[in-house]
Amino acid sequence: MIEVIDAERCTSCDICVNVCPTNVFDKTDGIPVIARQGDCQTCFLCELYCPEDALFVSPFADAAQSVDVVALKQQALLGSYRRAVGWTDETRELRSIDRSYRLFGH
Amino acid sequence: MTGRAERLSATAGSIEYDADVLVLGGGPAGTWAAISAAEHGARVVLADKGFCGTSGATAAAGTGVWYIDPDPALREAAMAGREKMGGYLQDRRWMARTLDCTFAQSNRLAEWGYPYPVDDNGKSQRNSLQGPEYMRLMRKRSKAAGVTILDHSPALELLIDDGGAVAGAAGQRRQKDDRWIVRARAVVIATGGCAFLSKTLGSNVLTGDGYLMAAEAGAELTSMEFSNPYAISAAFGSVTKTLFYGWATFTYEDGSVVPGAASKGGRSAIARALTQGSVYAQLDRANEEVRQSMRVSQPNFFLPFDRTGIDPFTQRFPVTLRLEGTVRGTGGLRIVDDTCATSVPGLYAAGDAATRELVCGGFTGGGSHNAAWAMSSGTWAGQGAADYARLAGSAPRRQVSRAGTIALRERGGRPFAPAQLARAVQDEVFPYDLNYFREAGRLGGSLQRLDALWAEASNAEAAAESDVMRAREAAAMLATARWMYRSGLARNESRGMHRRDDFPVQDERLRHYITAGGLDEVWTSPRAHADVSYAEAAE
Repeated sequence: MIEVIDAERCTSCDICVNVCPTNVFDKTDGIPVIARQGDCQTCFLCELYCPEDALFVSPFADAAQSVDVVALKQQALLGSYRRAVGWTDETRELRSIDRSYRLFGH
Repeated sequence: MTGRAERLSATAGSIEYDADVLVLGGGPAGTWAAISAAEHGARVVLADKGFCGTSGATAAAGTGVWYIDPDPALREAAMAGREKMGGYLQDRRWMARTLDCTFAQSNRLAEWGYPYPVDDNGKSQRNSLQGPEYMRLMRKRSKAAGVTILDHSPALELLIDDGGAVAGAAGQRRQKDDRWIVRARAVVIATGGCAFLSKTLGSNVLTGDGYLMAAEAGAELTSMEFSNPYAISAAFGSVTKTLFYGWATFTYEDGSVVPGAASKGGRSAIARALTQGSVYAQLDRANEEVRQSMRVSQPNFFLPFDRTGIDPFTQRFPVTLRLEGTVRGTGGLRIVDDTCATSVPGLYAAGDAATRELVCGGFTGGGSHNAAWAMSSGTWAGQGAADYARLAGSAPRRQVSRAGTIALRERGGRPFAPAQLARAVQDEVFPYDLNYFREAGRLGGSLQRLDALWAEASNAEAAAESDVMRAREAAAMLATARWMYRSGLARNESRGMHRRDDFPVQDERLRHYITAGGLDEVWTSPRAHADVSYAEAAE
């Protein structure tokens, strides 16, 4: 489930509020808040759409976890999914690296 | 009849649009339907419960696509190869036209800039789509086609005219705290299937809402007994990717191998083992090349592992099976002609909201056929709805009424309790010994409880404004479960994914479809397969 909106990185663009398919976030006068964490379906899409790598979705789908943001940053886990699918300037070539055709028919 | 849907003035607390075609649902089927309708001259509104672009089972995942080059031998093999698995309930004519349409639309995706990979021989490979990339593009193309998109705008009920034809829908805008009404000449239901809030990847917006709305307008369902696939995921996580578990070894707590367990053709052994205790997986049969292909093809598969410090290739981890219901089942709204019309005038169905029996019979192995069906049925339904709207013309403003029932109308019973009802439904559809392994006595017992829940919920008070979407979701899950089990009881055999402990083999005499419908009283009725109809006509 979504655990972190990093106040250091968040620019209050509210993209996560718009794109979350289950409407987990609320806008505020400042940075958005995780208003309905229990509605999170752990799809990781808010992370993918965050241009600042300010969000972190814990892979635990059914239980909230306490998360150490400093450690996440040290391990470069913030934004790791966005880089892996090629949605950053530095990793654009990964957008067309799908090798599923080699795996089908197994 | 071109341009955008017209925003009308409306009373405070609501917005109102006038459109030719209203599409409910903004996943693959919905966006293809919206684009297709707009390309055929319709003014289109698309309303999504979440955000068109991230909503639904495809956006969060990667999906294979049933894309086959138009070589007659390849096409024949592709169709023939699936018939046994689907219990011989597919329809060859529909399979062929789905292959044609999928080929054409995939090639349009390439023209639109979808970044298909190129293989070592320089050939563009078009049998897989990355969900986030695909659906971001489909949103962009929908907007470019002139479609008005309403995000975070769940539909709550259909509007019908005096003659019983569908005339639009009404819903809620969750982020505006108000209501929407779209008056339309035709409506396409593309709200996906029902996965019962199981948290199988990307599926918690898929609660069967479209089935309920359509049934309230009189639509029928079919193949609802094919509704019990379960997907493998790490026990703690949401990411399901059946394909990759093809390289897994499954073990008990003590490390011994679960006999017969496999992702393909052995998932029932995993289910039986899970009723006894924990089951573990390790993708130890993947060589280095396969591992690398997996990493780049489906990065999100590795998020649960990378973020918990598990190496899934060298370490075992606990797994579970999450119900996918009709999202990867083949049941859904019955379509009655090549335009994907339902039995209700002005109402069309596409994608997982519609039956996939015509291309998949009683089984879908993965996303591939469902993805092809979403593209194709969306395209056909959009065009069908646009043509219907044009014929309906600019009739004077019709008198319309709201078709919604449960949770929307004051009945004076107990307060509607959405979360409690959803849990009660899950208790009937999640357990493997009720849904995976079916048997008349257990199905009957479950139906008694589900019918009692319906009787109580349909006599409850109307849901509060803050609860109404959840209430309708829970009601749709309940209705779906009742159609599933009533249909399951009506099929006294095992065929496709439907397996009955008391009828373990396929019965040749039962090669027919089962239609289902009704809300207060659920009914089923057998319907002939096209091959049988043709044979009878020839006699």
